[in-house]
Amino acid sequence: MSISLDIRLKRADKVYTEGDLVSGVLVISSNSDLKHDGITLTMEGCVNLQISTKNVGIIEAFYNSVKPIQLVNVVCDVCGQGKLPSGVTEIPFEIPLKPKPNRALYETYHGVYAGVTNCPQLPLKENRKPVSFELSPANLASGGSGAPDFLLRGYLDTVCCNIVKPFRGQLTLVRCASPIRSIELQLVRVETCGCAEGYAREATEIQNIQIGDGDVPQNIPILIYMVFPRLFACPTLITTNFKIEFEVNIVVVFEDDHLITNNFPIILVRE
Amino acid sequence: MSSNLIPWSILRYDTEKAKAFSTTVKDHPLKNIVVTERIPRRILGSAPSTGRTTPVSITSNISEPLATALKQLDPLTEFAMHEEMDPLSKMVAEMDIVDNTQPTTSLKKEDKVNKTDLWSHRKTAILQKYTTSEKLTMVTSFLLEGEKVVVKAQSTAVDKVQHRLEQLDNFEEGSQRKLDLSQTEYISRIEQLNKELISAWNTEQRVKALKIAIQCAKMLTDTDVLTFYPSKFVLITDILDCFGKLVYERLRTKAEYYKPGSQVPTALPEDFTPDMVPKTARETCLNWFFKIASIRELVPRLYIEMALLKSYYFLSSTDCPDALTKITEMIHGIGNPLVAVYARCYLCRAGMNVATKCIDTNYLRRNFECFLESYQHIFSQGVKDQLHQQKMTVPMYVTLYTPALDYIMEVITLYSLDTALTDLLSKCKKYSNSSLILNTIMSGFKPAYISERCLQFLSMIGQCTDDGISLASLLRTLGLCVTVCPPPREQRPQVLNSVILNMSLLTEPADYASCFEVWIQFVAKYFSAKEVDSLLGDLLSHMHKSEADYDCSAQLQNIIERIVADISDIESFLTMETFFPVMELFREKSRQVEVSKMILVKFNSMIEETNDPMVANVLIYLGTILHNSVNQLSPDDEKRQIGEILCKLLRKVNYRLDLERQLNFLVEARSCFRNMDVVLVQAIQSVINIAGNMRRVMKRLQKRKVPDFLQACVAYCFITIPSIGSPKTRLELYLLSGQVALYSTCLGQANATFRAIIKIIRELPAGPETESFLLSFVRKFLSLLLVVPDNPERGVRSLLKSLLNALRNFKWQDNSYVLGVIYIHVIDLLSVAGQEMYPYRIEKVEANDSLWGSDPKFTREITRITAIVIGDVCSILRNLGPGQKQYQIALDLFIRIAIRSDLSNEELNTLAVKLWNLCLKTDQADLKYMMTTRSYLQGKAQHSSNVALEQLTEKLSLPTD
Repeated sequence: MSISLDIRLKRADKVYTEGDLVSGVLVISSNSDLKHDGITLTMEGCVNLQISTKNVGIIEAFYNSVKPIQLVNVVCDVCGQGKLPSGVTEIPFEIPLKPKPNRALYETYHGVYAGVTNCPQLPLKENRKPVSFELSPANLASGGSGAPDFLLRGYLDTVCCNIVKPFRGQLTLVRCASPIRSIELQLVRVETCGCAEGYAREATEIQNIQIGDGDVPQNIPILIYMVFPRLFACPTLITTNFKIEFEVNIVVVFEDDHLITNNFPIILVRE
Repeated sequence: MSSNLIPWSILRYDTEKAKAFSTTVKDHPLKNIVVTERIPRRILGSAPSTGRTTPVSITSNISEPLATALKQLDPLTEFAMHEEMDPLSKMVAEMDIVDNTQPTTSLKKEDKVNKTDLWSHRKTAILQKYTTSEKLTMVTSFLLEGEKVVVKAQSTAVDKVQHRLEQLDNFEEGSQRKLDLSQTEYISRIEQLNKELISAWNTEQRVKALKIAIQCAKMLTDTDVLTFYPSKFVLITDILDCFGKLVYERLRTKAEYYKPGSQVPTALPEDFTPDMVPKTARETCLNWFFKIASIRELVPRLYIEMALLKSYYFLSSTDCPDALTKITEMIHGIGNPLVAVYARCYLCRAGMNVATKCIDTNYLRRNFECFLESYQHIFSQGVKDQLHQQKMTVPMYVTLYTPALDYIMEVITLYSLDTALTDLLSKCKKYSNSSLILNTIMSGFKPAYISERCLQFLSMIGQCTDDGISLASLLRTLGLCVTVCPPPREQRPQVLNSVILNMSLLTEPADYASCFEVWIQFVAKYFSAKEVDSLLGDLLSHMHKSEADYDCSAQLQNIIERIVADISDIESFLTMETFFPVMELFREKSRQVEVSKMILVKFNSMIEETNDPMVANVLIYLGTILHNSVNQLSPDDEKRQIGEILCKLLRKVNYRLDLERQLNFLVEARSCFRNMDVVLVQAIQSVINIAGNMRRVMKRLQKRKVPDFLQACVAYCFITIPSIGSPKTRLELYLLSGQVALYSTCLGQANATFRAIIKIIRELPAGPETESFLLSFVRKFLSLLLVVPDNPERGVRSLLKSLLNALRNFKWQDNSYVLGVIYIHVIDLLSVAGQEMYPYRIEKVEANDSLWGSDPKFTREITRITAIVIGDVCSILRNLGPGQKQYQIALDLFIRIAIRSDLSNEELNTLAVKLWNLCLKTDQADLKYMMTTRSYLQGKAQHSSNVALEQLTEKLSLPTD
């Protein structure tokens, strides 16, 4: 006897916001009659703080806060004890999307089927101006030791970015003493979780995109352009228990493997 | 001779009187198909611009009595009368109407349709030009070993997505192999990848298909073998195009679009608008673009996005134009200038493919400007290092750019106004010393535009100082523009001078020849033969100056072809001083032959006739080249073609009254073209023609020389004929020349000719074909023999006797039926030969009638021969046995006896009756014909009061009586 169960949501993009009705059908297919003791549908949403190898040492310090935080928990009985005929049975359902009392919904950023959006009101809205930058051995944190003489000028359209719009800017290699192998954009997610006892912070590269390949021509503006990934990016989130923040690194790799990076913290919002 | 022969006696008759008796023919089987008049083909609408019309021969005043009796039209004529015009001319006429009404719109439409072809016609050329013998490397994880697709249990959507991403990662970092391949291996691998991609797609492994596409695109980053890069680009972008199409078509067909008012989901129509796209399809499409956006490396990401450009229309109508502008700028990030310029080329190509949707075409120009902006980068240190490593020169390297740039320029020109081009030109002038840019402009812009500013460009060419595109190539490119569209008239001499000056700077013969090849057309078309001649002189000095062993046959062929095609006076070209030396430059004999053929064909079609001995000399020279190219291995068609050309050539040379020169020409032609029978036949015919026309023009010639000249003509024929292979042709020609010999009163020659004929007949191979030929030939021969005077040394009718012997000894088939028919005609001849005066004669030639004056010895001999012949016919009749053939011969013989013999001779009388009865007995008898024959004979007997004949007719019985 083989049974397959599938939940199909009505919306193609599977994105729901608070107060929406999550509707769809339950598809059960079986090659024989199926006796059951009732079907219930549970919608659960939670924040899962995972322990990674890096923070395993300080885990004890904030053990309590590491356990999953439940945001949504709706249980609904679809039908009672009974029998399903063989073949495909479709049962439609509708569940209102509401957070548990005293909880807010956050945007999914890795893969639960129900996406929820509740953009926190951030106080950083004003920063929409282009941010220009200049890179040369002189203004490197390391003091430019070992780096060839070069000058890189450019700007980013903004550091407060709409997550559905591409990240844009421009970059010009004004001069460079040794050939460049690659210019890359690195999108980094910084997760912080903790409480009064202490916190763990972890940065992960979630996307790395090349914008300059090889010995790029000098004094020609190169477009900075990156689409935020759908699954691994979410609006910047700062709560009492955890923070999700993003940064962009502009990485220049020289032919001799010398590598310089410039870091720009960015704020992602959904508008 | 057997003694039981029936003696013949000739019926002498008065020719005049005999002629008066003729019965009118009442009906004739041919009557209905005689065409009285040919209706000229009516051409409505457009007359061909050549001004030449189909020659129409109207033979309205036909003297044939049969034709005049006709009132009815033949079916063909009738058809032509009713039909307004034939379907072809109708079509032409219709086309003209269309052309006239909307000439501009139809042209534009054509342009639009062809724009995707702009690339495809370049493809093959690139693949042929850019090849390598170096080893190529290919990094791949798809070939050689079947990929292991790990199918994990995919319980949730998260897993599925993760799995897909893992697959992508696998591809990026996983088990890739580096392969060293030769060019052909490389191409076949790419082909294999293409197949792999399609099969992956068809087996629902879309991620794998994408991975293959990415991997292909990644190969374009690699320029480790520079010369092969353009070809690689062609091969790989084909795969990418295919991939883009697959994605687009799948999105379109899987879209589940509900037509307004319909419940059944269908695929989106071809010309859908973004607002018709259902959400699910949009979502799938978005997934594709998110996937692409996450491709790590720049070049593959850009290429895949370009391949999928068209699919942007599932999202919105603005995304695609935006992407075009965006990618245009992003290509600046590609460090390798060659890779970048080809990426721009692909962008323009991809843009052209989606251009149906009314896109602003500024991005095309922007792409070229971007190239200009980064132009100096081509000469950067990095590139120099790579060139040094691959041992490549800068000019060679720079030509690698031309296919991409030319294409970009071509599409820009297609979508830009002249003003925009002028803008672009002024931008380019900042780089005025760059040969690459100059070359691109000249090959990309409209030729008319370039030609108009030809002098300007020539001075720009002069200013090019870099070692990019060579001077020869630049001149060539400019020349190509000028060929399509000439510069303004007043500038032409200046242009020519400047070009000649520039060309003289070229030291390499190959460069010089390739330039020359292009420019000569301009010169031939717009300048006189003098300029062509002096230019050819330059060419010669260049070719001779170089010590290097350079073979320029291919260019020479083109050069001469162009001259011949465009020069107004081909004779002046042939008589140029430089003509022979240029022809001698050919190293490849096959090309020389081709060129000679081409010139002669052109000459034949252009020139009616020539009397210039120089031209004739050249013609013989060219003809000899053609003639010598024919050998045992030449295909028949080739031989036929060449034969035809040479024959035409012989007819073209006409010295009119200077007959001796004409004959000399033919003598030379004979010695040069001796291996081609058709040409020899033509030469003989020409000579016969001269001799034949002699009398007509004699008055204007010096009388004293005429006989000698005629003799020479006849001798020419007599000497030439034996070298012809086909005995039948030889016979015909001998007969013809024999006639001419008689006509020219060269009796000895004529006699020799006739002896030769008889000799050939003896040697003819047996067979039904020969027999039917002999029948008609011998008849002609016999009628000529009548007027040939007997050679007093050889006795009476010695020629006829030996002819009869030859015929008798021939191996006849089918019981000598044909011989019987011939004998009947021999009887005709003999009975006419016995008359006191012959019905026709040749002027100035005394025939036997006057020679012998009906001498009894002569008459006796004639009757003796006749008797023998009749005896032979009788024995043939016996051998044939009853049947159609026996009837035919018996009846014919009967008629001959009835009409031609003196029937008072009892034996003949009896024989006639016997023959008549034999005819009746054969069962094949045509009684109606026999009845008509009998009544004719009765009428004739009464008319000529021939008692014997009347008595005979009384004895003739018919079953119908």
